[in-house]
Amino acid sequence: MSLHLWNSRFSITVVRQCSTIFTSSSGILKLQHTAASSSNFGASSQTQRREMSNQPRGSRDSSGSGGQGGAGGAANVPGFQHPHCDRQAMYDQPVRKQRTKGGSYDYDLIVIGGGSAGLACAKEAVLNGARVACLDYVKPTPTLGTKWGVGGTCVNVGCIPKKLMHQASLLGEAVHEAASYGWNVDDKIKPDWGKLVQSVQNHIKSVNWVTRVDLRDKKVEYINGLGSFVDSHTLLAKLKSGERTITAQTFVIAVGGRPRYPDIPGAVEYGITSDDIFSLDHEPGKTLVVGAGYIGLECAGFLKGLGYEPTVMVRSIVLRGFDQQMAELVASSMEERGIPFLRKTVPLSVEKQEDGKLLVKFKNVETGEEAEDTFDTVLWAIGRKGLVDDLNLPNAGVNTQKDKIPVDSQEATNVANIYAVGDIIYGKPELTPVAILAGRLLARRLYGGATQRMDYADVATTVFTPLEYACVGLSEEDAVKQYGADEVEVFHGYYKPTEFFIPQKSVRYCYLKAVAERHGDQRVYGLHYIGPVAGEVIQGFAAALKSGLTINTLINTVGIHPTTAEEFTRLNITKRSGLDPTPATCCS
Amino acid sequence: MLLQTSGPSRTRIFSLLHQCRLASSKPRFDYDLVVLGGGSAGLACAKEAVDCGARVLCFDYVKPTPVGTKWGLGGTCVNVGCIPKKLMHQASLLGEAVHEAVAYGWNVNDKNIRPDWCKLVRSVQNHIKSVNWVTRVDLRDKKVEYVNSMGAFVDGHTIEYVPKSGQAKSRVTAKNVVVAVGGRPRYPSIPGATEFGITSDDIFSYDREPGRTLVVGAGYVGLECACFLKGLGYDPTVMVRSIVLRGFDRQMSELLAAMMSERGISFLETTIPSSVERQSDGRLLVRFRNTTTQTDGSDVFDTVLWAIGRRGLIEDLNLEAAGVKTQNDKIVVDRSEATNVPHIFAVGDIVYGRPELTPVAILAGRLLARRLFAGSTQLMDYADVATTVFTPLEYACVGMSEETAIEKHGADNIEVFHGYYKPTEFFIPQKSVRFCYLKAVAEIAGDQKILGLHYMGPVAGEVIQGFAAALKSGLTVKTLLNTVGIHPTTAEEFTRLSITKRSGRDPTPASCCS
Repeated sequence: MSLHLWNSRFSITVVRQCSTIFTSSSGILKLQHTAASSSNFGASSQTQRREMSNQPRGSRDSSGSGGQGGAGGAANVPGFQHPHCDRQAMYDQPVRKQRTKGGSYDYDLIVIGGGSAGLACAKEAVLNGARVACLDYVKPTPTLGTKWGVGGTCVNVGCIPKKLMHQASLLGEAVHEAASYGWNVDDKIKPDWGKLVQSVQNHIKSVNWVTRVDLRDKKVEYINGLGSFVDSHTLLAKLKSGERTITAQTFVIAVGGRPRYPDIPGAVEYGITSDDIFSLDHEPGKTLVVGAGYIGLECAGFLKGLGYEPTVMVRSIVLRGFDQQMAELVASSMEERGIPFLRKTVPLSVEKQEDGKLLVKFKNVETGEEAEDTFDTVLWAIGRKGLVDDLNLPNAGVNTQKDKIPVDSQEATNVANIYAVGDIIYGKPELTPVAILAGRLLARRLYGGATQRMDYADVATTVFTPLEYACVGLSEEDAVKQYGADEVEVFHGYYKPTEFFIPQKSVRYCYLKAVAERHGDQRVYGLHYIGPVAGEVIQGFAAALKSGLTINTLINTVGIHPTTAEEFTRLNITKRSGLDPTPATCCS
Repeated sequence: MLLQTSGPSRTRIFSLLHQCRLASSKPRFDYDLVVLGGGSAGLACAKEAVDCGARVLCFDYVKPTPVGTKWGLGGTCVNVGCIPKKLMHQASLLGEAVHEAVAYGWNVNDKNIRPDWCKLVRSVQNHIKSVNWVTRVDLRDKKVEYVNSMGAFVDGHTIEYVPKSGQAKSRVTAKNVVVAVGGRPRYPSIPGATEFGITSDDIFSYDREPGRTLVVGAGYVGLECACFLKGLGYDPTVMVRSIVLRGFDRQMSELLAAMMSERGISFLETTIPSSVERQSDGRLLVRFRNTTTQTDGSDVFDTVLWAIGRRGLIEDLNLEAAGVKTQNDKIVVDRSEATNVPHIFAVGDIVYGRPELTPVAILAGRLLARRLFAGSTQLMDYADVATTVFTPLEYACVGMSEETAIEKHGADNIEVFHGYYKPTEFFIPQKSVRFCYLKAVAEIAGDQKILGLHYMGPVAGEVIQGFAAALKSGLTVKTLLNTVGIHPTTAEEFTRLSITKRSGRDPTPASCCS
């Protein structure tokens, strides 16, 4: 597996690849238990051993596992093995007893990081009676010094501002459509970047404020400081006012990640990232977006929609980790809208010219050809790194893998009283709702006597490009890799959204597919959709997949007419048949 | 083994078998199947039957409305139903989008924007014409014979019609007949109703601005029309005889009406019209009576639109000649869509007691054809059909209403999870989130099997469709809450439902993001 990681979607790839190793891709299902037992942190024996080694702290720690899971665990594994989720290992592990509350530490729990995962975990822990402190600190970005308030990536520099900018760009399109539907609106329009940024930032500030109030109401002690470990129960917090040492029985690391910068001249001095773009105080103008992960594509998409001129530089492939047919369709739909893609290209340097513009030199890695172009803005979207550096993890004995922290199926690190959730964990989808649910479930297991673990399987996600792409479950290539091409049936079709006709919007990339088992019940492995409001469309199907959706059920689900989501119920052409997946009629 | 293979391939195998059978016997009838009605159900059935090797003839005929509106092939949905309705709805949403664009920083002048009604109607009609044309081509390609005429029974196997070219009546015989004639809007029997009122059959091709409009009836057709008219800047009033959205969840229906009121649509509650007269200035004077207060009133409108329900088009079919039984103006069928006459079937809106929805009609028609001509045994499953009301905040649902769940399971055995939510996009333009609400009606015991889901908000149809598939797959509350959300969407709110009505806790959200 490639560990040279280009963008933030890598984690999903890794999940898929890891799970492939652990589950049936080896072709020998009965080896699974062994495989799981020998995997890094998946095994009950290791858990027990680890907890045994912590016995000296047993007076405060809930000691031992009592071997309640252990050998008998395999019998409880649900029949269906999903390649995304190592359920065998998950069920083999004993459920830890809950943490004792009270004791001689300052807190029962210190959560390091006040983002989606950390806040969800902290609030839930307090609800379950724990004494909790939550640290949050944002280092300013190197180029522009951008910083922000409590709430983490999603609220401040991620999903929320991104979705708002996306919406702004769609609304520009809507103005043109309104004209075609007969509204007497002058559609020669421009956005006011300053006003947009201000509106977005005002919304973010209000969310920050609500978050603070919520923490106060829920009695989570919030510390605006950067934490680093002294030992496995002691943290040094660097505050504005100085330093403070605090202790806790249990720690949850939820520090998340930040965008990477390439190691080339001028990268940090002149380039910005998604951490800066949503509060940029001037129009981005002609922008080079380096990286074709979902962040790069989304930024390029809304910049184009707002009338700027983005170019996307792609080192190898678009949307690594996603279904590649869909990824290429997304790229094509962006190209159709006038966003150029520089393929197989890496940046070499960024210089500031006298006129203030940025001269970017780059190289085609295939032809070796070098070229250059000038831009107003260069935006790095080459991936994200976990913020392990400031934590001083060696003091606590916590293992890391690259810049992430590996955890077991209960989000425990190799140190029994230290857990990690959210983007900082190794090999799991970096998504807000995943972080929130994992954080909340962890708190319930720690303090609420719950046993339920986070199920990382079949997590749906959406790329908010102008024509959105959403998916849940397996990509076509992963399904083929997992089950073999002969055992996979792909149903697909192009479709024409009713609303697209009057404004004569391109329907060329409105496409969807279902990847399914070829025989038997034809269980659906994955669903993929490119079109309007893709996230809204796929969410329900994600619940369906979790409920065991089959092709037979899908095509016997009555559609809602006229929607685009109903196209899933009308899928009837298999790739194998070679029939034309382009629709003729609209309505019967 | 054959029966276990999936739809299309199985169909093909059986159609081959059937073609062999057909070839070996001299046909007693002109056609294997005559379909009466070229709407969603009829066309789907006819095309599928041809695919299965049957010889098929399809009749379609549209009687003009009292004001003379008529249309082409394809039935209600394409011509005077879902398609034009969704386009008008979209036009109205786009007007709203222009205002939102301003809030998001676009330098667009949204003061006094007005729609060009005629341009809109022309665009909508052009789209419909193109669909009509594609439908015609499709029928030709698929070798479905089509006659643009009204067919009526002479006896159970014989259909009589007047060909377009000549005066003389023609007859054809068929082994099987499928009645798929659908329905048309009702008119009230009050003075002036047909002379001065129009219906949804007319509004989408109306050659002048509707202006101040009285919409009589608060079913989904009435509410949708009122809403797009409001969104386009006209001034609709909705007259409600008893309740809004009969048959839908009461709480959601009331929320929907409140949402419309908030947008400035006025409702005349418990009111029935008494007469419509044309004044000398050309406007329409409508007299009405409030049945609660027993008071009479009147008001003047530019347009009166009847949306008081739809009736099945049985009267021109001469069903007595075939011995087919009817109930009110509909035809009663069994689970295999057969009428009391075994070789005569009915699908679509003409069927008594089934959801009147295009996709239902299409699927039922197609499955019927497969049973008739391809040896299939699969019956149409009318349970848990999702539907959407395309009002400005849309309402979509699948499965049971809260009332139905209580009726069937008892109040003690159901749990309702509910919540208000705030769509991320609504903040900047400061759109009202007051009616953004959703709920899940579930069994209280065990894994809490979900009986119904209800959602009011943007793009409701797109949101609910997947959940309809989930419900059919046995969705439980446990699974729902462990489905990871897609952030930021509104659909993800379903995965965040945590407050039960029983708890009495406040279902209003505080934070947005954790």
